Amino acid sequence: MSETVSVPVASGASSRRGNWWGVASFGLLAALMLVVFPLAMDVFRLGLAAKYLCLGFCAVGIVLIWGYGGILSLGQGVFFGLGSYMMAMFLKLEAAANADSSSGTALSAFFGQEGLPDFMSWNSVEKLPWWWEPFHHVWFTVAAILVIPPLLAFVLSYANFRKRVGGVYFSIVTLALSAIMAIVIIGQQGYTGGVNGITDFKTFLGHDLDNDRSKVTMYMITAGLLLLCVAIGAFILRSRLGRVLVAIRDREDRVRFSGYDPALFKAFIFAVAALFSSIGGAMFTIQVGLASPSLVGIVPSVEMVIYAAVGGRLSLVGAVYGALIVGWAKTFFSENFVEYWPYFIGLLFVVVVMFLPTGLAGLLDRLRGRAAGGGA
Amino acid sequence: MSNFNRRQFIKTSSAIAAAGAVPFPMLNIRTAGAQANTVKVGILHSLTGTIAIAEKSVVDAEQLAIEEINKAGGVMGQKIEAVVEDGASDWPTFAEKARKLIEKDKVASVFGCYTSASRKAVLPVFEKSKGLLYYPTYYEGLEQSPNIMYTAQEASQSVIAAMEWLMKNKGKTFYMIGSDYIWPRTTIKIAKAVLAKGGGKLVGEDYYPLGHIEFSSVINKIKGAKPDVILNCVVGGSNVAFFKQLTAAGITGKNQTLLSLAVSEEEVSGIGADNTADTLTCMGYFQSLKNGANDKFVKAFKAKYGAGRVVGDTLECGYIGVYLWKMAAEKAKSFDVEKVVAASSNLEIDAPEGKVKFHASNHHLWKHARIGTFQADGQVNMIYESPLIEPNPFPKL
Repeated sequence: MSETVSVPVASGASSRRGNWWGVASFGLLAALMLVVFPLAMDVFRLGLAAKYLCLGFCAVGIVLIWGYGGILSLGQGVFFGLGSYMMAMFLKLEAAANADSSSGTALSAFFGQEGLPDFMSWNSVEKLPWWWEPFHHVWFTVAAILVIPPLLAFVLSYANFRKRVGGVYFSIVTLALSAIMAIVIIGQQGYTGGVNGITDFKTFLGHDLDNDRSKVTMYMITAGLLLLCVAIGAFILRSRLGRVLVAIRDREDRVRFSGYDPALFKAFIFAVAALFSSIGGAMFTIQVGLASPSLVGIVPSVEMVIYAAVGGRLSLVGAVYGALIVGWAKTFFSENFVEYWPYFIGLLFVVVVMFLPTGLAGLLDRLRGRAAGGGA
Repeated sequence: MSNFNRRQFIKTSSAIAAAGAVPFPMLNIRTAGAQANTVKVGILHSLTGTIAIAEKSVVDAEQLAIEEINKAGGVMGQKIEAVVEDGASDWPTFAEKARKLIEKDKVASVFGCYTSASRKAVLPVFEKSKGLLYYPTYYEGLEQSPNIMYTAQEASQSVIAAMEWLMKNKGKTFYMIGSDYIWPRTTIKIAKAVLAKGGGKLVGEDYYPLGHIEFSSVINKIKGAKPDVILNCVVGGSNVAFFKQLTAAGITGKNQTLLSLAVSEEEVSGIGADNTADTLTCMGYFQSLKNGANDKFVKAFKAKYGAGRVVGDTLECGYIGVYLWKMAAEKAKSFDVEKVVAASSNLEIDAPEGKVKFHASNHHLWKHARIGTFQADGQVNMIYESPLIEPNPFPKL
């Protein structure tokens, strides 16, 4: 990366205080997400919070790869989309298997096929494609969500990093990937639902997805998983692996001369970020009720980077706040200033970039540093 | 830290102030809870994003209808209060806003959506939360939700009539071209069935992605195939390129029969009236229709929004949606969704497009299909009007 903001990784004398601060901010976030939100919000707002948190998974991953790995990915939407679509395939097959509504039968009377997802019928796809078949099974689906995106991320990024494609060039590669993903999904509408995406799910393993109880449950699961991802990220950064990563970010050639293979480390952390995004995508689909190409393209991928930037690209906890704040700001402004809300969002980003280059977390750090300095 | 000086402090504290200006969403500026004598409805279209250009004018038409109804005393003595939300051309946002309108604002009805994708995204929300949506865009059919009223024509209501008329009057070899998504594909599927039944011949069929702007290869194919008729199911901005390139290649309405199924007066203002002149279009409504209700509608629309504004099929369908809801509510003497839907059965309205009525059971309108020729001024000269056609969202082919 061209920019070399020297960033302290908790070390030396300040490490104990850094430790304490890290644990405290994690605890605060956990309390907020698991106790305060569910108590303070009605089910509708809680559902929105769940949606923002799903995007938060990507933001946490971006902190790992961008803030600590120095890899700016503009393609996290690809992995978010993979998780989202794989979950959607499972839900759609379950919905298609249980279709008994009058319109369902009228559809199959029109096209003469039963048990197929509706969009396949009207795209003249006669038979379920073979690669849809395994998604009848929930365990395969869960395994695929956890394995396929990270594997793909690892292979793709390792190939690039081995060839020492990095920095801006790698960003462009990821950007192209997200564009390709959106184009493929839209183009192959018989298999993917095209522009419409995959919608209209009924149940998840027989549970109605739309009653209040299941919404609260899903929110809690999402919040728990996100906290787990933050904890995993923190663990990685604290390990020696994390140190090597920061070293690579700051001086890749030196690390290479010391006998490490930077490509392997970078590809690993990229795969971890892809895993987080994929989980976020799957949770998103369950709760929002659709998988759409509008979530995998360039715009949402860039937006995910913005979440991390707002929260602070060096703070895993900050990334979650970033996703929540930007999500809420979008909802709030668009509900109250229906036609002009994008200007406010734009303004928010400009303010953050101009005045808070290290995001909200950086701001807190500065204030904290000042308070500590004053006290000493 | 020592490098935190006064200037930085001012910078950061102003940033905090700016961040603090992002208020918590629960403190909604709009006062929740309607006043005693109003009934809330939702308007849910894209006001920002790529589709806003088409959807904003539908909002105008719906707000015109609401204003007229309020001036005339409201619905059952209650004034309509519209809550406008922005779907932002983004399908998950449509789903979020639909849920907000139904669950938070508790609107009696929603007028909204334009693309099929947005409708597909909100459909589960409306069905599960027991909302009511009036959908104003002509679309592919293959859907019949108990919670959606479809005020525009489904595919079979325009394409069957258009194909029969074309085969009778213009010839039997067809070249069909469309954007690559569900509406053109379904429409052309039905068109091919009609063609086969009538003994016609298909000489070419092509689909291009939405937003595609390079049609020279298909134009060459058309020149080689020499079809009697080109059936144009290209949608949106691609039409600008398609018509311009046809004109440049010497194919115009004067020497080639071309019928568009997704080009109304509104699209023509973008394509350029000289490029569409003498081509055919098939819609349920034209601005040039001569009847009392249409004169009044067009006049009121231009008075409110400007004399230069053009009215097309979707605008009219959005406009009558509000009236159809009002009439159904008054007939049911209730804003309850199930009662309003039940009262909509066979409900008749004297619309700008003429007298139309809801089907007894399938939530779509009986409609006229109208074929006309585009004039040099972008208006349509109607040359054929079908009798009322029964809506059949699941046609047997």
